[in-house]
Amino acid sequence: MKCQLRVNGEDHTIDVEPRTTLLDALRDNLKLTGTHVGCEHGICGACTVLADGEPVRSCLMLAAQADAGPEITTIEGLSTAPGELSIIQDAFCEAHGLQCGYCTPGMIITASALLERNATPNRDDIVDAISANLCRCTGYGQIVEAIELAAEKLRQRNASPSEASQ
Amino acid sequence: MTEAPTSFRYVSKPRRTQEDRRFVTGKGHFVADIVPDNTLHVALVPSQEPAARIISIDKSAALALPGVHDVITGDELAAAVEPMMNGLDTPAVKRYAMAVDRIRYCGEWVAAVVADTRAIAEDAAELVELETEPSDFILDAEEAYRPDSLAVHEAHGSNILLDRTFTWGPVEQHFSESARELSFRVTWGRSSTVPIETFGVLASWDGWRDTLDVWASIQMPKYADQIARALRIPMNTVRVHQDVDVGGSYGVKRGIKHTVLAGYISRKLNRPIRLIEDRLENMRAGDAHGPDRIFDISIAYEDDGRIRSMKMRALDNAGAYAGRAPFQLGKPIGAIVGPYTIESVEYQAISVTTNKAAQEAVRGFGQAPTNYAIETALDRVAAAVGLDRVQIRRRNYIPSDQFPYLIPSGTSYDSGDYQTVTDKVMTQVGWDDLVRQRDALRADGQLAGIGIAACLEPSGGNSSFEPLLNPANTTTTWMDSCRIMVDGAGTVTATIHTTSSGQGHQTLTATIIGEVLEIDPDQIRVIHADSQTSLPSNSPVGSRMAVMLGGAAFNAAGKLKDKLKRIAAKQFGASPDEVVYSEGTFATADGDQSLGWMDVVTIAHRYFHLLPDGEQPGLEVTDVYQVPTGGGLPTEDGRVQMYPCHSFEFHCVLLSFDPILAKPEIHRYVIGHDCGTVINPHIVKGMTLGGIAHGIGAALFEEFTYDDQGQMNAQTLADYLLPSSHEIPAVEIVHHCTPSPFTVLGQKGSGESGYLGAPAAISGAVNDALAPLGITVDKLPIRTAALSDRIAAAANTQS
Ligand code: FES
Ligand code: FES
Repeated sequence: MKCQLRVNGEDHTIDVEPRTTLLDALRDNLKLTGTHVGCEHGICGACTVLADGEPVRSCLMLAAQADAGPEITTIEGLSTAPGELSIIQDAFCEAHGLQCGYCTPGMIITASALLERNATPNRDDIVDAISANLCRCTGYGQIVEAIELAAEKLRQRNASPSEASQ
Repeated sequence: MTEAPTSFRYVSKPRRTQEDRRFVTGKGHFVADIVPDNTLHVALVPSQEPAARIISIDKSAALALPGVHDVITGDELAAAVEPMMNGLDTPAVKRYAMAVDRIRYCGEWVAAVVADTRAIAEDAAELVELETEPSDFILDAEEAYRPDSLAVHEAHGSNILLDRTFTWGPVEQHFSESARELSFRVTWGRSSTVPIETFGVLASWDGWRDTLDVWASIQMPKYADQIARALRIPMNTVRVHQDVDVGGSYGVKRGIKHTVLAGYISRKLNRPIRLIEDRLENMRAGDAHGPDRIFDISIAYEDDGRIRSMKMRALDNAGAYAGRAPFQLGKPIGAIVGPYTIESVEYQAISVTTNKAAQEAVRGFGQAPTNYAIETALDRVAAAVGLDRVQIRRRNYIPSDQFPYLIPSGTSYDSGDYQTVTDKVMTQVGWDDLVRQRDALRADGQLAGIGIAACLEPSGGNSSFEPLLNPANTTTTWMDSCRIMVDGAGTVTATIHTTSSGQGHQTLTATIIGEVLEIDPDQIRVIHADSQTSLPSNSPVGSRMAVMLGGAAFNAAGKLKDKLKRIAAKQFGASPDEVVYSEGTFATADGDQSLGWMDVVTIAHRYFHLLPDGEQPGLEVTDVYQVPTGGGLPTEDGRVQMYPCHSFEFHCVLLSFDPILAKPEIHRYVIGHDCGTVINPHIVKGMTLGGIAHGIGAALFEEFTYDDQGQMNAQTLADYLLPSSHEIPAVEIVHHCTPSPFTVLGQKGSGESGYLGAPAAISGAVNDALAPLGITVDKLPIRTAALSDRIAAAANTQS
């Protein structure tokens, strides 16, 4: 079937089997491989993308459900330009909020959704927001620090994540 | 943190890592991201029974599905490849990628379907008709160890892969001399590292170039070697692309069987073959389970709590095949007395086969379970003599002035200052306040406890356990290497010769080379050579890369600097030791003559006539680095120097739980950590926090359980519970630095830190919480439901 996806501000028409997940469509059809596969059953959060700004698990959503539907944002949509980092991405580097980098795109997507709606999250808010994204490397400590740092930098800029990337 | 031995320019500074940039933008290069044109995809047909004879496999319906190219069975594969190596001398315990004639565990691969897409391959896998004759099976290690038990490998004659008793020192004498004795049993449940990325491999045979290209999510010593042997092709035809980013491993990504299978199919069909495990395949048959171990311990000690001797029997359930499991009983021999002055040890190491999935290497290689057993012993002795649990440890610590310290099993510990680290943690945690906080929680109706664990992280891994457990294996080196090139434009490139799975090897290498050459590490490029152009490496196992890759990088950079100095000296008409090097400038001692970096590089690359006699043109140096202190074979009574370095960690945790629900909440977690000179503080911090989280998982949540039908209960992340951010507290780290005398910068390993002591600390805290009820828990993980049942049962007996 044909699907029209709007991803990172661009329109794409793809031809997929009806059973194709949004995750597979992003990775296989659009070659957006920054969105990762961890469990394909909705637990790990490695596949998290934004659908109209809300974090969703792309392994639990069919590509057909995004047909002519929500605006999808993947990790590739967060970088401002090749070689440049968004404020959140930069904060993850500064705090070393990762090791192997596999959960990282999902974490950063989740963090950006949090910071979009809450400019002053406390530790509990952050822990809650990322509690459905599993990371096996870090024990979460430096991820929390990275998000705290990103929030602070965004406040200094007086901007939300999406405003800061414009 | 105590100052490192010299003041560093880049080492120990909280600099950003080189790796993180690509990952935060989703530009990592993981195996699943690599899909060449023409790739075919594999899905596996799993066995439904834990033990059975295969009568027939009907592939016809699967083959008839459009898009299916082939269905491979174990018979076909076994006729074409060698069995996989198992390291022990057990030739009748044969193992292939897929079951041959007999199925030995539930989920074992019986056929592989190859198709245009993974979805078609999965559809077709369901059409493969498997006719089997189920047989008896065995899951319990004690039962499997009995001489009359059913043998999982009939030809081997028993389930025993390894059964060896070591006696180091006058154990019986110490037991008879000591005032007291106690014995107990503890059990470490089968858990693993469970990386968020499953294992995957892409193998592509090119018959015109005689090359098998392999991209894999691998962390495995001698990987190319094992693939070549199994596929009966020369090792120099295998090219493993080691620049693949590995999405976490912590020891477990050993996909030899996956690679042999994919390599075989690629050679057969002349197409790139992609086998990416889904989570189900990963959990039940990915060769990815960890130790599953029963410890029986006897301790001989004095009235004052000094431990004289220990008898440890460790019975490990290896699962259906040998894998690396038996060796995970061997590595802990190098730290069998922990940080304590225990004078003699008897150690019986038993590894048995059962009808569970095969066990593979897991973070710490058997050390975390062993530490849990030793730390439980310390707690029990403390209770018996009425000493505080911190005091009992202090009383038994190896004093800081006795290093290098030779332990009974033959390893010399390099350095340590356990009392000081303990002091620092006590100060940070405010011990009296912590006890008051616990008591306040108790007064509030909670069950609250404090847990303590002191333990070692052996690091700089070598493979001394191989000759120790298998005399036919006389390997005495486990080297690692680094090559540095300076190009004609003066920029520096270093190559490393293994894969990385989040350990920051590029940062490590650049930092150390930058330190030696006094140039900004960010200007140094570090690349992963492929296996055909690699120098020898034994991969980042055994917490070894800071020591081993760090050592090789340091030495290579030193050799490079020496060569540059020799070239400069010739121009100055001076001797090389008269040349002073500083930040890229070479000068005579009096400062009269000097040359810049580019001047000397240009001479090396262009002006042969200006080079010293006998000097080769160009600027390329290599260092192949032997494990410090390594090289010896075991003595006849089984003593050997295991790993060179021993990091120390001291955990202190306060937790509580409601007596009805029994869901533990961690209120405070402080760890004192000493891994010698830290190369990059961000990386060491991350490893430590990640290790503690993993240890909390192993202590409270994670287990691959089997039901009495031999079916695995935990096959998804909904059943096998990885800790989320909710379960992991904010951890406070207290640093200390006791440099290792055996390494180039005083560094030790830290890749397993946290994990090696956290399970023991959590267990200690739970037991302290339960102490008022008079019950103990002696099995990990301590699951909430089991705990609340125990509490309820104790309350019933009391009432
Ligand atoms: S891959 Fe979607 S939640 Fe794990
Ligand atoms: S950084 Fe490896 S899983 Fe999170």
